[in-house]
Amino acid sequence: MPVTDAPRLQWQTAEVREIVEETPRVRTIILDVPSWHGHKAGQHIDVRLTADDGYQAQRSYSIASAPESDHLMLSVERIEEGEVSPYLAGEARMGDKFELRGPIGGYFVWTIATGGPLFLIAGGSGVAPLMAMLRHRAAQKSTIPATLLFSSRTYDDIIYRAEMERLAAADPHLKIVHTLTRGQPAGWTGPSRRIDSEMLVSEGFAPDAKPHIYICGPTALVESSARALLALGHDRALIKTERFGPTGL
Amino acid sequence: MHLHGDKPVDGNAVAGLFREVFALDLTTASLICAGCGAEAEIGSVRVFGGTMGAVFRCDGCDEVVMRLVRTPDGYWLDMQGARRLFARKVG
Repeated sequence: MPVTDAPRLQWQTAEVREIVEETPRVRTIILDVPSWHGHKAGQHIDVRLTADDGYQAQRSYSIASAPESDHLMLSVERIEEGEVSPYLAGEARMGDKFELRGPIGGYFVWTIATGGPLFLIAGGSGVAPLMAMLRHRAAQKSTIPATLLFSSRTYDDIIYRAEMERLAAADPHLKIVHTLTRGQPAGWTGPSRRIDSEMLVSEGFAPDAKPHIYICGPTALVESSARALLALGHDRALIKTERFGPTGL
Repeated sequence: MHLHGDKPVDGNAVAGLFREVFALDLTTASLICAGCGAEAEIGSVRVFGGTMGAVFRCDGCDEVVMRLVRTPDGYWLDMQGARRLFARKVG
C-alpha cells in the first residue's frame, strides 16, 4: 500500500479479522481497516475505545505488520495495565469494531531507503515495530545486513518465533539472536542474561560499520542498551529508541 | 492517551496528540533545551504524563522542556523550557 500523508489525522473504524495467540502472554490482532492509507515500518497507531456511556480510553500501539501487508497487525500483551490493552488482549473477538487513527510518528521509522546495516534490539512485545522492519525488509527481498537481538523471558515467550526462524533460515544476511532471561529449555546454547555491553559487541555491528540501531522494549532495557552503545562509540544520531512503559523483563 | 505516570515513554508516543494540534509531524522535529542547550529529536525525548497531557524532560539536565495538555476546550502548549524548535517539512 502506498504511503500518502493525510492532511489531518482521522479516526477510522477497524474490524478484527483474526486473532493469533503468539505466546501464553501475547496475542496478535489482525485488522481490516478499509480506508487505510499505508504506513512505514516502525510507525504506530492510536486505538480509542468508547463505552456505552461515552467514556473514552486511548493508547498507542506499534504496527507489527509490514507496509506491504494487506492487513494491519497489533501485538498486545495480556498483562499490560490500562483500559485498552485488557480489551485487545482478552475480550476482543473476530468481527469486533473499534476506532483507530494513524499511521503516526516519523521518528522510529526504518525503510529500505534508510539503508544499513540494521541492528534491532528488542525486549518482549517491544519487538513489534522491529518485526515490521524485518517483514518490510523481507518483502522487499533486501540484502541489507540485519541483526535482531531479542530478549524474552523464556523460550515459550518468544513472540513470532516460528516466523523468525523461517526468515533467518532463508536469508544469509539476517541474524536473529535470542536471549532468555528467566528460564532456558534443556540444551539451550544461546545467551541467558539481560542484554549487556558484551552481547551488543559479540552479536551486533561495530561502530565503524555505522549501523542504524533501533531499540524497543521496557524502559530499563532501552536505556541500558542505548547507554552501552554510546559508550562503545556508536553515533547517537543513528540510535533510535522507543520505551513502551514499565512492563519488566 | 495512556501514559504511565512515573515511568517515561518517548515523545514518539505522543505523536497522535501532536497531530491533533500541528500539521507537521513533530516527532522528527529538533528541540533545544533552554536550560542546558542540549538538542534532541522530540521523538526521543522522555515524556511523563497521564490522560490529560504530557511533560517532556530534557535528557541532558532533566528540566521540563515542554508541556502539552489537552483540555475539553482545547490545547495548552508551554514551551518555557525550550529555546528553539525546528520542524522539518515533509517530503
